[in-house]
Amino acid sequence: MSTLNPATDTVASHDDHDHGHHELSFVQKYVFSTDHKMIGAQFLITTLLMLLLGGALALGVRWQLAWPWTSMPIAGSWFAGEGGQISPEFYTMLFTMHATVMIFLVIIPILAGAFGNFLIPLMIGADDMAFPKLNMLSYWFMWPAIFFFGLSFYFGGAAAGWTSYPLLSALPEAAPGSGPAQTMWVLGVTFVGVSSMMGSVNYLTTIINMRAPGMTLFRMPLTIWSMFITAILQAFALPVLTAAGFMMLFDRTGLSIHTCFFVPSGIVVNNADPTVGGGQPLLWQHLFWFYSHPAVYIMLLPAMGMVSDMLSTMCRKPIFGYKPMAYSMAAIAGLGFIVWGHHMFTSGMNPALGMTFMTSTMMIALPSAIKTFNWIGTIWGGKVRFNTVTLNCIAFVSLFVVGGLSGLFMAAVPVDIYIHDTYFIVAHFHYVIFGATLFGVFGAIFFWFPKMFGRMMNERVGKIHFFLTYIGMNGTFFPMHMLGVAGMPRRYADPYIHPYLEHLLPMNQFMTVSAMIMGFAQLLMIGNWIYSIFYGPRIGRNPWNANGVEWTAPSPPPHGNFDILPVVYRGPYEYSSPLVDGRDYLPQTEYLPPADPPAEETPEEAAVEGEAPEETSDE
Amino acid sequence: MSRIFWCLFFTVWPIVALIVCAISPQMNWAFPENLEAATPLGRRIDDLFYLIMWIVTIAFIGTMIAMSYVLFKASSNEDEKGWFSHGSHNLEVIWTIVPSGVLLFIALYQMDVWALYRVRDYDLQQGGKSRTQNVVAEVTARQFEWRIRYPGPDRTFKNQQDIKDWLSKPHEGDLYTVNHLHVPLNRETVIYLKSADVQHAFFVPDLRVKQDALPGQIIDVWFTVNRAGDFALTCAELCGWGHYKMRGRVTAIDDFEGYLRKLKVEQEYDGVTAPAAEVAGASNPRGTAR
Repeated sequence: MSTLNPATDTVASHDDHDHGHHELSFVQKYVFSTDHKMIGAQFLITTLLMLLLGGALALGVRWQLAWPWTSMPIAGSWFAGEGGQISPEFYTMLFTMHATVMIFLVIIPILAGAFGNFLIPLMIGADDMAFPKLNMLSYWFMWPAIFFFGLSFYFGGAAAGWTSYPLLSALPEAAPGSGPAQTMWVLGVTFVGVSSMMGSVNYLTTIINMRAPGMTLFRMPLTIWSMFITAILQAFALPVLTAAGFMMLFDRTGLSIHTCFFVPSGIVVNNADPTVGGGQPLLWQHLFWFYSHPAVYIMLLPAMGMVSDMLSTMCRKPIFGYKPMAYSMAAIAGLGFIVWGHHMFTSGMNPALGMTFMTSTMMIALPSAIKTFNWIGTIWGGKVRFNTVTLNCIAFVSLFVVGGLSGLFMAAVPVDIYIHDTYFIVAHFHYVIFGATLFGVFGAIFFWFPKMFGRMMNERVGKIHFFLTYIGMNGTFFPMHMLGVAGMPRRYADPYIHPYLEHLLPMNQFMTVSAMIMGFAQLLMIGNWIYSIFYGPRIGRNPWNANGVEWTAPSPPPHGNFDILPVVYRGPYEYSSPLVDGRDYLPQTEYLPPADPPAEETPEEAAVEGEAPEETSDE
Repeated sequence: MSRIFWCLFFTVWPIVALIVCAISPQMNWAFPENLEAATPLGRRIDDLFYLIMWIVTIAFIGTMIAMSYVLFKASSNEDEKGWFSHGSHNLEVIWTIVPSGVLLFIALYQMDVWALYRVRDYDLQQGGKSRTQNVVAEVTARQFEWRIRYPGPDRTFKNQQDIKDWLSKPHEGDLYTVNHLHVPLNRETVIYLKSADVQHAFFVPDLRVKQDALPGQIIDVWFTVNRAGDFALTCAELCGWGHYKMRGRVTAIDDFEGYLRKLKVEQEYDGVTAPAAEVAGASNPRGTAR
């Protein structure tokens, strides 16, 4: 396999730019590592662990919705309460912490932290990040966050929803989880923010400054484009959340600062003294969503980029419309800053704003649509290899279509009046975050695993995992659309006390069974992952016959990544290029001498180019 | 073999999804009790919902057919290499302009409904009556109940300032209930939403009405119910551990004034004199202050 790359293999023994790397101690190598690959792996392991935790919390939520107030098997004995029953306050904690863990400790760090770290230097042909120590810090700032979230659990768990709307979150008397648990939650989010910010600065600097010779902006793989745009989003949106977090900390009585950013006066909660204030709870919503809407794209764009790369490789075909893909990601990011108000249509903000936010929200569907069409265009006319990576990528596209289209209902303000805060929205964002992002991540784990560890993951287990996850995912989340239209609000510990929701119980039970299947399927993936690290078949540099720069490095890449400094001659998607015979890929780093008789090459080229538009216009 | 399996796999599930959507109304998975909204504006919201539903369904079917087609085609590709194409400018232009037209249409088409629902001036321009005559109640959400205060049957509001005064503090002759809001049938209802503690949301699924109750603000909500009956009132914004049990009722009745008079008699009943029912029919002098 590894011999397939002429560019590097002819000089594989070339060793003279080892920058004098001395042997590192265990701690330097595996714990406080400054190597971007190790940091990426650390992020990946941490986030996969958190994925299991978040999934377990979700199963708790699902259990309560399917069999309300009954003892939970197995896990029921772990938590206090009458015979393992879920109490209402425990339930509010469960969904709050599920979302918190999944968003702040799984999706954002697995995309930016794990894959961003691992892929950016490798894909642009750099030997490491621009600021390796900062990079290390960005990982280790995850741990205070995890610690504070853990403390939050210890104090009973924050229970104001992941959106933490005041006054529920601002006044300790408002709910059992609004005491120290909420303070710890805010601190946790702040630390996650610091971690992301360090990553973001690092990614921006690395991508701007450290690209290999010849790697122009428009020769960058879409993964890098997506990471670049994500880093910009983080850099500009995160400070707002951090500021809001501090404002909330100051508002909360625990610190004895007693500002009143979000607390109006004269509010009596649970017979406590009336509040003294003059603040405005809506302010939190604006600040929170100003970050958290771009955060939705932070949680999606990198997956989009990675899927573009994987699809192109697996379909043996150039990505359809490279520049439109890059531009549409930029458009998503730009528009992403002016759509936050669509989370607040029923909040009581100025209704005129509702109209502007509706229009901008409708417009943000456009780049998403363009991307979808381009992915389908990428498959079109390719030679698809049906392996686990491809399956996960196709799942990404088809589930993203559902998540995107259901977004139209919510973007329409009048319709949103009805479905806001119902299960319809839960269906929508799970289709995007689970259906799209997580399937993209599964694909990426399979795709780059050989590069990460020098071994392959088991294909059969991968397919079984995919099959079960896909079925379970749709079984869990598709019926949520119906629940939403039937008017079932979110965050209800027991919806069935409302007569108009009683008949939805069987459907919820079906969903919970699906969720369990899906949950247990993840153990297959984790098991496969761990097993393959140690026992997977060894693999050469370029197992997928891919074009990217990262595939010219040894697997796994040593400290410093490349044994020969890559020079880039073309874009990353020259699959099935007519310029080379006998193989359907043309690595970015491969130098092709100019064709001897240009006259012979050009007409053929022209013919190929000329055919394309004709065929497309027929379709 | 496995190729065919996976192609079918990705083809079959959209079909299943469509079937599930199609049978939803029969299975009672659609709007509550499968009934159309009980307010005219709610019915327009339903219409918009179905319009978007059609657009989305067409887009979904189109995309999924395209996807299945390219999958089948690309997985049975016998050529030595894939099609070396970097895309098509024309196609990009088409699939940029067409969806943007559709999206812009959806956005502009429904501004009207939104304006009627939330923008008071626009509603008044469009023939909505002056709000002062239609004030029905002040609804205060608190953990975990709805407190309702009606102006006494003989209180009239001349202008906005009157309403503001009334909302600012309890008044003589006000009538109170908890968790059960009565509204007049076929007449515009204006309620003023308040929150006594944290954020709540006033959600009546049958009326397609939802509005957050913000602490520190008074938000007016208006709707016209034209189906008599009881409607579930729920809270749609997380308000603490008992969020799920903020169960209330909205009842639309013809003789709203009669109801208020009855309520007044009930509330002023001292438990000794005459039974409330007997006084109910009698002429109603201004109640004594309590």
